[in-house]
Amino acid sequence: MAIFSVYAVNKSGGFIYQYDNYVHRAEAEKTFRYPLDCVLKIHDEKVVVSFGQRDGIRVGNALLSINGLDVNGKFTADGKEIIEYLKDSTNYPLSILFGRARLSSNEKLMPASMFHSLFAIGSQLSPEVGSTGIEMLETDMFKRHCFQTLTGIKLIVLTDPRQSGIDELLRKIYEIYSDFALKNPFYSLAMPIRSPGC
Amino acid sequence: MSRQSNRTTDSKKMNAELFTLTYGALVTQLCKDYENDEEVNKQLDKMGYNIGVRLIEDFLARSSVGRCQDFRETADVIAKVAFKMYLGITPSVTNWSPAGDEFSLILESNPLVDFVELPDNHSSLVYSNLLCGVLRGALEMVQMAVEVKFSQDTLRGDNVTEIRMKFIKRMEENLPAGDEVHSRICVPC
Repeated sequence: MAIFSVYAVNKSGGFIYQYDNYVHRAEAEKTFRYPLDCVLKIHDEKVVVSFGQRDGIRVGNALLSINGLDVNGKFTADGKEIIEYLKDSTNYPLSILFGRARLSSNEKLMPASMFHSLFAIGSQLSPEVGSTGIEMLETDMFKRHCFQTLTGIKLIVLTDPRQSGIDELLRKIYEIYSDFALKNPFYSLAMPIRSPGC
Repeated sequence: MSRQSNRTTDSKKMNAELFTLTYGALVTQLCKDYENDEEVNKQLDKMGYNIGVRLIEDFLARSSVGRCQDFRETADVIAKVAFKMYLGITPSVTNWSPAGDEFSLILESNPLVDFVELPDNHSSLVYSNLLCGVLRGALEMVQMAVEVKFSQDTLRGDNVTEIRMKFIKRMEENLPAGDEVHSRICVPC
């Protein structure tokens, strides 16, 4: 999918909406024998690889599932602690899925607010008067477009670097926001948008 | 009255009479509930304000009008684009004050007051006060504090309906990033 995610940030930097559409990529499932040759550690309530990168398993990848059962933070689906479970040789051989961990909503809040601050700094540093701030951030894996409305709402879209027509898309998203969010009288402005299916 | 939209999905037309009836029912119910014209005026203004803060986003999304450089431009946009888009009328902008911070919108016709006659016991009711709230709320969301009131009203015997708008100040503290520098340069003239 060429559009990876859509975020909306309100005037004061608070997160109001997020939608992720990326195909889950960079996952690797392997069967392991005792002892495990990756070094694991607990980081942010998740079990991540800290050493032992090979075969598609990279440092920083989180342990997503054991034997097909999704893990729950640092516990397995049955509630056992993962690190202890992996030290026990009787549980082997087992197949473990490593991959980039999906960010929870709280974790996304921080980068979104940080982007809001960067945006403000960017427009102040601009040598041109009346700069509209950061419009596009390009990396080799994705492009991040930002559209700020006159009322201060920032609409951020992450897309494939080759994707074009994003300005149209941002305007359309603004129209949709003004329709579905604002026309609902029970929606308070600048509050997170709760939408079924998101 | 049709809903102007750039979308190709649907363009709904709504009967203008239904709109007039709805507004009328709203005002009469408020009169029954509050029994005090001043209170009703205040409530209409508050309701208008809530409509205005939401309507401005819809307006900006559909009209792709950029930031206005000064109050005159604001007046033109309100009269020629906004009123036309939402009420189907184009008021004229007149009576600029010498300082350029006050102007009047003269409405030849007002869709809200079709067939309405104010009874004598409601002489101080400003029937279309919702519009004042809408204008105030909408402009506040684009960082302009204004005072809006009706100075002439056809319901009270005047020939035309006149809305007087006065610029109070630009709201610096809520400016979105990037506009602070801009605002120091342009001053309402």
